[in-house]
Amino acid sequence: MGSTETLRLADVGIGALNGIELEVSPGEIVCLSGASGSGKSRLLRAVADLDPHEGEIWLGDQAQAHMPGHAWRRRVMLVPAESHWWAETVGEHFTGEPEAAELEALGFTRDTLAWQVGRLSTGEKQRLGLLRAVSREPGALLLDEPTANLDDVASQRVEAWLLERVRERGWPTLWVAHDREQIARVANRHWRIVQGRLEEVGVAWA
Amino acid sequence: MGVIALSWWQLALAATMVVGLAGCVAAMRLGMSRSLLVAALRTVIQLALVGLVLEALFAAERLLWVVLMALGMLLIAGREVMARQKRRLLGGWAFGIGTLSMFLSSFTVAVLTLTVVIGPEPWYRPQYAIPLLGMLLGNTMTGVALALDRLTDTAWRQRGVIENRLMLGEPWQVAIGDIRREAMRSGLMPMINAMAAAGVVSLPGMMTGQILAGTAPGLAVKYQILIMFAITLGTGFGTLAAVAVGSRRLFDSRERLRLDRLATPQR
Repeated sequence: MGSTETLRLADVGIGALNGIELEVSPGEIVCLSGASGSGKSRLLRAVADLDPHEGEIWLGDQAQAHMPGHAWRRRVMLVPAESHWWAETVGEHFTGEPEAAELEALGFTRDTLAWQVGRLSTGEKQRLGLLRAVSREPGALLLDEPTANLDDVASQRVEAWLLERVRERGWPTLWVAHDREQIARVANRHWRIVQGRLEEVGVAWA
Repeated sequence: MGVIALSWWQLALAATMVVGLAGCVAAMRLGMSRSLLVAALRTVIQLALVGLVLEALFAAERLLWVVLMALGMLLIAGREVMARQKRRLLGGWAFGIGTLSMFLSSFTVAVLTLTVVIGPEPWYRPQYAIPLLGMLLGNTMTGVALALDRLTDTAWRQRGVIENRLMLGEPWQVAIGDIRREAMRSGLMPMINAMAAAGVVSLPGMMTGQILAGTAPGLAVKYQILIMFAITLGTGFGTLAAVAVGSRRLFDSRERLRLDRLATPQR
């Protein structure tokens, strides 16, 4: 039941980035790295169509410009480094109740859904933010430093969970990461942003 | 039963007391006496001028003059709505949305009240039309200004939440739904409070004025109820329109949150 749609960026330009060409196959994880301020997050925002940008982006044979904004973002799901919570309890932010197994995989229980959002720690917010996005069953994933606020143990746990989901559902995934070891563990391909251009870096070197 | 005439020396007596208050404030170094005096002076000049305008208007009783006066009031109210917003929409939208929503609601309600409910002869008789429109515009202006200010300021403060909701694939109406409700609430709250407290805590100004002028309290009450309903309608529909158009303008055709369309606050 995996997805078979490729995420394709054609001549995308935003901010200092220009003429970005990139193809991410179903189930493939492409890591993006680069100095802070190089435009990694902005590129993800362009792919999710949150900022005005140049070029066209495709998921399978569907073009971004030919879909309403919210329908596109529903399919190409961006998970920001810092998640925001607006309702009282955690559970209200989910469209359906997430499976117990999924909650447990990230170190939570069913009770977590009744928690007040005010008492969530940064790390808990990040993990729940991922689960919230993934449980909406998108068609592609854009991850902005998904383990930035987690310690090593939690980080590897989340990584493993994400890898399994991506492989199983066949989501083409763009993953912004800093940590070389993490990139070596998860990436099929690795691109670095250098002076407004994408440069491919061998994954095996780390 | 006529009204007891007020002469200028009687007003001067009241003015002396205001000057006295300003003196006390100055003596205690509270730093408000200057603006107090300026405001008092503005009241005298502005009301004296409007009195002259109204006397001319009542004497002429021409539709054209009434319409011109109404338009002048509307434009000043539109400017005021714009000035009261901390982060206003750029490119004339703040003025445009405020003015248009006040025009649609206040003018419609005023004309309907005049033609259908009160029915003076002719329907635009300035003695009824101008005070009615003035009260409508004054209250609608407050409602629209409060609602738009709350809408844009909250959207700016909660941009993280709005964008996160957009990222999860929510349509823009849902992503800003809570903020729209809050804006609507702050626009309508003053009027709802005024209606709830009317007669119990405060005696509304218009009714007080009519009673002072010798109208029977029963009739003054009926007029006051009519005016309060008209004001509620004007404020309600005006705020509704302003919040609807204003929140749409915060997003572009791709449903992106566009806070670059808001001005940065002065000071």
